[in-house]
Amino acid sequence: MRELLWLIPALPCAGFFILTLAGARLSHRGVALIGAGSVGLAALLSALVGLAFITAPPSSYAYVQTLWTWLEVSGLQPGIAFHLDPLALVMITVITAVGFLIHLYAVTYMGEEEGYGRFFAYMNLFVGAMLTLVLADNLLLLYLGWEGVGLCSYLLIGFWYRDPVSGYAARKAFVVTRVGDVALALGILLLATQVGTLHIQDLLRETARQWPDGSPLATLAAFLILGGALGKSAQLPLQTWLPDAMAGPVPVSALIHAATMVTAGVYLIARLQGLFTLAPAAQGAVAAIGAATLLLAGCSALVQRDIKRILAYSTISQIGYMFLALGVGAWSAAIFHFLTHAFFKALLFLGAGAVMLGLNHERDIYRMGGLRTRLPLTFWTFLVGAASLSAFPLVTAGFYSKEFILAQAWQSGGPWLWAAGIAGAFLTSLYAFRMVFLVFCGPAKGDVSLAPSLCRDIPLLVLALLAIVSGFLETPRTLGGLSLLTDFLRTGGPASLPELSLEVRLQLIASLASLAGIYTAYLFFRKRPRLAEEPQSAVVRLLHRFWFSGWGFDWLYHALLVQPFLWLAKINRDDFLDLIYRATAWCAAASHRALSRTQTGQVRWYAAVIAGGTVALVALAVFL
Amino acid sequence: MSAFSVQFGLTLAGALFCLGLVGVLVRRNILFILLSLEIMLNAAGLAFVVAGARWQQPDGQVMFLFILVAAAAEVAVGLALVLQLFHRLRTLDADAAARMRG
Repeated sequence: MRELLWLIPALPCAGFFILTLAGARLSHRGVALIGAGSVGLAALLSALVGLAFITAPPSSYAYVQTLWTWLEVSGLQPGIAFHLDPLALVMITVITAVGFLIHLYAVTYMGEEEGYGRFFAYMNLFVGAMLTLVLADNLLLLYLGWEGVGLCSYLLIGFWYRDPVSGYAARKAFVVTRVGDVALALGILLLATQVGTLHIQDLLRETARQWPDGSPLATLAAFLILGGALGKSAQLPLQTWLPDAMAGPVPVSALIHAATMVTAGVYLIARLQGLFTLAPAAQGAVAAIGAATLLLAGCSALVQRDIKRILAYSTISQIGYMFLALGVGAWSAAIFHFLTHAFFKALLFLGAGAVMLGLNHERDIYRMGGLRTRLPLTFWTFLVGAASLSAFPLVTAGFYSKEFILAQAWQSGGPWLWAAGIAGAFLTSLYAFRMVFLVFCGPAKGDVSLAPSLCRDIPLLVLALLAIVSGFLETPRTLGGLSLLTDFLRTGGPASLPELSLEVRLQLIASLASLAGIYTAYLFFRKRPRLAEEPQSAVVRLLHRFWFSGWGFDWLYHALLVQPFLWLAKINRDDFLDLIYRATAWCAAASHRALSRTQTGQVRWYAAVIAGGTVALVALAVFL
Repeated sequence: MSAFSVQFGLTLAGALFCLGLVGVLVRRNILFILLSLEIMLNAAGLAFVVAGARWQQPDGQVMFLFILVAAAAEVAVGLALVLQLFHRLRTLDADAAARMRG
């Protein structure tokens, strides 16, 4: 069964090729069958491969499948080879499963859209690239998947390419993530030249052998790789592309935010954890960036009006939690949060999509309301997603993963990181339930028309189920003490656990923060909606505007980078480098004019020139 | 044969060649240009013959025969061109053909 591993990334890629070549000629049904079917088959295969892996684990818990040698240059031999270990297995299972549910949802959601075949082709390539990324056995193949994901995000965010806003958002996403990709490319080159191999497992062994703890080279390499991860995962200071990426269709946002793309950075750091352990400075930076990002994005999410933008900021904030976990060395906690986040975030996006579809593509939450009775299924599933996002105690998956991260943050990262996490948890439940109360409760506004569709409802129900039960993979000692995921990932488990009494207190505080957020949301947006609307003091309004614009980062980058660049481009309109080429052309034209003047058409003139030339040549021969 | 001087023969040939060249460059009448060309060819032939006499070798005279043949061929083509020129332009002025330039 394991030998079928190569088919998992190959199937979505094959789907992409078929849809690209024959998409226009296929019927609507055919496109949906190939588009969703290829990912569905990949999901089935990864379940089978995973089952085979768990029942009969290979020696040293890794199965490597080398298809062929990609290239061979002076000792470097990156191959097209897949490396399946528990981390990769968790990733591919989530990517294919959530990816398939999103594809299934898109079958009806995108049904009315032009470019149906194109959409599924890009989506398939997206999933294929992400699978290549997580299965890659060497950094070069990983980079191929990495860039493939970036390309697909550009194509999909700009799916409605006739709309200038979409085009701008797509370009922004591409350029901003490119900044990080350059850092990653430099990091890979540094590792290749210093260590002499790109094979990830060899690389980790070699770096651990050659470089002492905290050596400058290890720190530099880790920081460069962190740069790449920041770009893809939309962390400070490269987070600005993600909110704008909401210009794309809903399934795209769900796919980018839940299963692919933004989690690539988390995966990269988790995969190269050995390198980061060698560079404590870089690891500290990961934790600090994660904590800062989760607070910043949480505050911004609090004041947005666009339902998709709220979810986008919430993604940035939740990825911040994962970075926090990675930074304090709790690798399995980060992967656990990735797992639960993939389920509830996909669920929230798909739910938001259903709401928007019902309200004729309305995205402003202040123009929604009272949908609880009109869209009961969407309401209940969205509620589950929001509860999981806010880490509602005991019953949701988000609670267990977030609690795990917070306990580790306290134990290994110190009280400040933990306090940031707690404040983030409060903000998270506040903005999540602000959304729920404004959209689903209160007086109804506008007409709702949403035809029921099985393809749309099944993913919502399955994801809602997963958003609850996936938490029970890993429970704290006070609540059963299951550690299926940590055991499976074989990271050796958390280095040290807090004392039991302390752990109980930490859990209580985290639960209280979450419940307090929900209660505050209830108070402000349900019980006394006036409180949120009343004219506020100037400071509050200013803060509101500041947070609404995402802490002014867009403004800052526009003033610092975009404007000077445009100015440079403007003054250098006639590119000065072109002068060389224009001078060449001018020389050619001038010589042409001069020489054509000698062609008079007079035979005697020609004869004179020939005679003169002969005399000159003879003179040369005689006198020199 | 004793009064023969190489110096004198070559000077004569050079003078004839220069005369011919000046004729080609200066005359506008195409017939005179052809005549001048003949003079240049014969000057070259004379130089060959003088050289042949100097070294008592027949090669100089053989070469002159070749030059004669080339001159005859050249005149045949040249006269045909002259006829065409006159036929088209009603003049023998070589500069009038300048409007054929590309």
